[in-house]
Amino acid sequence: MKAKGRVFRYNNNVDTDVIIPARYLNTSDPKELAAHCMEDIDPDFVKNVKPGDIIVADRNFGCGSSREHAPIAIKASGVSCVIASTFARIFYRNAINIGLPILECEQAVKGIEAGDEVEVDFDTGIIRNLTKGTTFKARPFPEFMKKIMAADGLVNYIRTKNAGDGSPS
Amino acid sequence: MGMTMTQKILAAHAGLDRVEAGQLIEANLDLVLGNDITSPVAIREFEKMGANKVFHRSKVALVPDHFTPNKDIKAAEQCKCVREFAKKMEVENYFEVGEMGIEHCLLPEKGLVVPGDLVIGADSHTCTYGALGAFSTGVGSTDMAAGMATGKCWFKVPSAIKFVLKGKPQGWVSGKDIILHIIGMIGVDGALYKSMEFVGDGIQHISMDGRFTMANMAIEAGAKNGIFIVDEKTIEYVLNHSSKSWTVYEPDADAEYDEVYEIDLSKIRPTVAFPHLPDNTRTIDEVGDVEIDQVVIGSCTNGRMEDLRVAAKILKGRKVKKGVRVIVFPGTQKIYLDALKEGIIEQLIEAGAVVSTPTCGPCLGGHMGILAKGERAVATTNRNFVGRMGHTESEVYLASPAVAAASAVTGKITDPDTLLKAD
Ligand code: SF4
Repeated sequence: MKAKGRVFRYNNNVDTDVIIPARYLNTSDPKELAAHCMEDIDPDFVKNVKPGDIIVADRNFGCGSSREHAPIAIKASGVSCVIASTFARIFYRNAINIGLPILECEQAVKGIEAGDEVEVDFDTGIIRNLTKGTTFKARPFPEFMKKIMAADGLVNYIRTKNAGDGSPS
Repeated sequence: MGMTMTQKILAAHAGLDRVEAGQLIEANLDLVLGNDITSPVAIREFEKMGANKVFHRSKVALVPDHFTPNKDIKAAEQCKCVREFAKKMEVENYFEVGEMGIEHCLLPEKGLVVPGDLVIGADSHTCTYGALGAFSTGVGSTDMAAGMATGKCWFKVPSAIKFVLKGKPQGWVSGKDIILHIIGMIGVDGALYKSMEFVGDGIQHISMDGRFTMANMAIEAGAKNGIFIVDEKTIEYVLNHSSKSWTVYEPDADAEYDEVYEIDLSKIRPTVAFPHLPDNTRTIDEVGDVEIDQVVIGSCTNGRMEDLRVAAKILKGRKVKKGVRVIVFPGTQKIYLDALKEGIIEQLIEAGAVVSTPTCGPCLGGHMGILAKGERAVATTNRNFVGRMGHTESEVYLASPAVAAASAVTGKITDPDTLLKAD
C-alpha cells in the first residue's frame, strides 16, 4: 500500500475541535464532515485539498475529544495519510479503526515543509520527500494493524472474521 | 518485576497472569458506553459488522447528553437513532431525558462502575471512573461498536507515571486546582499513551467528587487513563451507590514507572488554565486583570454536588456582576434535585445565575451558552481549545467552581479569598 501527495503542514497539538468543530457534530455523514475539515485552523484546507494529499504535523496530533468524526473528516476529504511526530492516543486508535493510515516519524516531520510532494510506503515504513530528495524510515505497522488497514477498517475486519461462524462471539 | 494498578486490571481481564508495557492484548469488557454524538456512528458500524445483538444487555450504557434536550432536528434524529437501538437491543442502561445526566457523572452515581472494572466509552472523558480504582478509557465509535458486539477490545498495555500526593490542600484548593497544576507541570502530552497513577496519603484529603474531577482530566495530559488507589472513601462511595461486586487492585511495590512525581498538596494554589490549552496554567496570584462575560459552572468535570455547594457558598447573599452571564448546569437529575432540596438552586438563582437541566450544552459549544466573537468565559469544564465554547475568537479560562463563582461576582477572574476578605 502506497500514498503520494502534496503536504499540508501543521504544528503541535492540532486538536479534534479544530479538525472538526463540535458545531458540525449533529451529523456523522462523512461528506458533510469533510466540508468543514480543519476549518477553524486552516479555512483554505477544504478549498485546496486534493485526493491523495498528506497531512504532516508535529506533536500530539488529534488531541482532545474521542470524536471519530475527526479522522473520518480527514479521510473523506481525500487525505491519504497523516504523518506526525506523535499522535494523541484515541485519535491513533480511531484512525486505525476507520482505515486512515497514520505514521509517527519525527525525522520526517522535521524534513517536510508545506507544499512538498511526499510518497509513503506503508509496508516498509519508508517516507520519501520527492521535492527535497530525502528519505525517512518510520516503524511499519504491526501485522494485526496491517490486516485492519487492508480490510479498510476494524468493521470490515470483524465482518470478515464473523463470516466464518455466523455471529459475533 | 511487578505491575501497576492498570496493568493488573488489564491482565485480569485478558486472562493473563501478567502483562507488560507495550504488549498488545485483547481484554474482556465490563461496560461499554456511548452518547448521542458517538453512538449513532457506532450503531451504523455495529450494523455493518453484521452483529444482531449486544454482548450483554446490562453491560452497555447509552446516555444522550450532548445535544439534549434535543437542540435541533439533527440532534433529535441522532437521539432517536440511539433510543431505537436501545429498545431493539433491550439495552438496560439507556437513560432518557428526565432520568439522565452527563454520562461521567451519571454512571458512577448509578453504580455501574466499581473498583477493578474495565470500561471503554466512546467519549474521551471516560477516564473519569479511574477515581473508583477502575481502568476506564475513551475510544472511538468503531471500538464502541466492536465492544458492543463482542464484549472485547484490543489494548496496548500502557506504562505509567506515578503521582505521590502528600499533604493537605489549603483553603479553596480542590481537585480541579490539583489536576490543573499537574497538567501545567507535565503538559498536554506529558502522559501520552500512559497511565497516570495517583497514590499517597494526600489522597485521603480529596473527596470522591474531587477525584472524579482529577481522573476526568487525565486525558487533558494525553493519558490513556488516570487511576486512584482505593481507600475508605472509595469503598463508602461504592457501597452507597452499587450492588455490584468489586475487586481492589493495588500497585506492586516493585512496579516500574516511567516517572515519579511527589506533589505537596499544601503548596498548590487555586489554578487557572488560560486559552487555548489546559496546560497554559497560572496560579490565581499570577492571573492579573482578566475581565469576563460569562461564567459556566458544571460539566462532567465539575458538575457534582460538592461543586454546586462551593459555588452556592460563595454566591449566596451576593449578586452576579451586572453584565456577566452565569450558567450553572448540574451533572445529573439527582444532583439537580439534591441541590434543590438543599436550597442551593435557590441561592444560585437569587444571586443571578441561570440553572439549566443536566446537559453537556455549553461545555462543547453545543448549545445553552455559546460565546460570541471576542467574549471571555471562566468555565469549570475541562477544555479551552480554540472555539471550544463558541466563536473561534472567544476565550475560555478553566478554573475551579470556587474561582468561577468568585469571578461571577466581580466580573473578572478572582481569588475567592480576596472576594471574601473584601466583605
Ligand atoms: S460535559 Fe463536556 S467534556 Fe464532559 S462529556 Fe459533556 S461535552 Fe464532554
